[in-house]
Amino acid sequence: MLDESILKREEQAVFALRSLYSGYGYQPYKMSKFEEYDLYARNKDFLVSDSVITFTDTNGKLMALKPDVTLSIIKNYKDEPGCTQRVYYNENVYRVSDETHEYKEILQTGLECMGEIDFYNLCEVLRLAAESLRSLSGDYVLAISHMGFLAGLLKEADADEAFSEKVSGLIADKNAHEIPRLCEEYQVSPELCEKLVKFIGIYGRRDVVLSELEPFCEGETMKAALEELRALSAELDTWKDSEKIRFDFSLVNDMRYYDGLVFQGYVAGIPDVILSGGQYDRLMKRMGRKSGAIGFALYLDLLEAFQSGNRSFDVDVILLYDEDADLTLLKEMAESYQKKGLSVSVQKQKPKKLSCRQLVKFNNKGVEVLETND
Amino acid sequence: MKQMINVALPKGRLGEKVYSMFEAAGYECPSIREKNRKLIFENEETGIRYFWVKPSDVAIYVERGAADIGVAGKDILEEYHPNVYELLDLKTGVCKMMVAAKSDFHDDHSKTLRVATKFANIARNYYAGKSRDIDIIKLNGSIEIAPILGLSDVIVDIVETGTTLKENDLVVYEDIFPISARLIANKSGFQFKTEEIETLVAALKEQVEQS
Repeated sequence: MLDESILKREEQAVFALRSLYSGYGYQPYKMSKFEEYDLYARNKDFLVSDSVITFTDTNGKLMALKPDVTLSIIKNYKDEPGCTQRVYYNENVYRVSDETHEYKEILQTGLECMGEIDFYNLCEVLRLAAESLRSLSGDYVLAISHMGFLAGLLKEADADEAFSEKVSGLIADKNAHEIPRLCEEYQVSPELCEKLVKFIGIYGRRDVVLSELEPFCEGETMKAALEELRALSAELDTWKDSEKIRFDFSLVNDMRYYDGLVFQGYVAGIPDVILSGGQYDRLMKRMGRKSGAIGFALYLDLLEAFQSGNRSFDVDVILLYDEDADLTLLKEMAESYQKKGLSVSVQKQKPKKLSCRQLVKFNNKGVEVLETND
Repeated sequence: MKQMINVALPKGRLGEKVYSMFEAAGYECPSIREKNRKLIFENEETGIRYFWVKPSDVAIYVERGAADIGVAGKDILEEYHPNVYELLDLKTGVCKMMVAAKSDFHDDHSKTLRVATKFANIARNYYAGKSRDIDIIKLNGSIEIAPILGLSDVIVDIVETGTTLKENDLVVYEDIFPISARLIANKSGFQFKTEEIETLVAALKEQVEQS
């Protein structure tokens, strides 16, 4: 029987998530650490950071250490009309950290559902996203956005690329105060400017958001998005913890790849987004697939900082012995501790940095307690 | 239960001004006015905890979640692009990011422009937007002296009143962007303290509009 307490938080999470995903029929997907660099060069903007660790393979091909998993999965996906392929993975990826500007190894777990995606599939993936977060902590928030609104607004503005990019950035930062200045710079109409400012203020409880959005939606793209969110919200109402699932349109993803739903998950106490996902039909199309797809990834390395306090002791017992010790008796003594479920480090001298609950000295008759730290 | 909001304030004149705004908005914490060397001050009644940090570090504290919200100049936000929400323009600490040069400076486009600055990213982005080839000289202070000594052709720096420039025979050559203090928030913290932060933002907004 495996003692779960010995596992690190991220290791426990990996096991819990694996059993969750396979329960829904998702198949494990294992891939090699390397991928041809060309795959990333062609889809550079899809990557979270553009720096990729590359090296030349023995046959002269330029290879990369995987910065992303989704692209590799799509590459190996074949369209199969009427079906969906569901996979989950648990991989290390290599990216440049925004903060330190150095390469970082990130433990990523996630899933992809590819094929003819319908409402059922969307709900299933969202449900798994919510369940994944719940398995990490009861105090979580899943924020959902729909790219249709921003796309609709920008279409209305007939905006050029530079404006779209800047306005997306402001929306992502919930920065309403700079919208007027930007609109003036790009000569966007005051009506649209006002709309954008209002749009930034719409987030939070789903019923409130839906009613605020209603008068807001013009044009087909936005109306369709609103309908989709309305249907989704009705379904979400029936879920456990449904108040933890909110709408938030400051969540913006690259429109060249994502359309439809995008979502992010937060866990109280972790300062970063821990779950990130969405519908990426456009990426599928760019890679020559007819099907749609939706998926998400969890950044489990963030859990490391989330450990509740430091471990107070490195081992339960340090068992000291000297040259006179009978090694068979010593071994038996160590085993007797282990049988009680205690960890024991057998040493000739106490190492400086190894902390213990109890320091004991072995003599061939038994042990003498030298120090107790409880 | 009301949750405590952790606020990172920039040490110095701007921070004190900003604290006065928080105070007037109903988030007072009298102990902060006492003369001592404490760094953290809290008022459980109003549910707020302040701490003073170096102005350029505020964004780091907020981005990494040690503070839920903070006040940082737009210059810092543009230079480091921290992944935070920018919720409000506090319209205080107003100044400009500018290119300045000696009054007799003539921009020779056939040469690489030597730019001295504390704000390497801002300078790089600004000139990249103009497709101008530049040589960045990163300095940590007394930027104005660089063109005088011939270390650089121009400087990219914050200008408040322009007095320092004038006294050193420098002139503003181009405006880059206006600067003021901004209220920023950690994106994750915001999800869990939405109501508390929204209330605070609304109260501060009133202060901004009044002044």
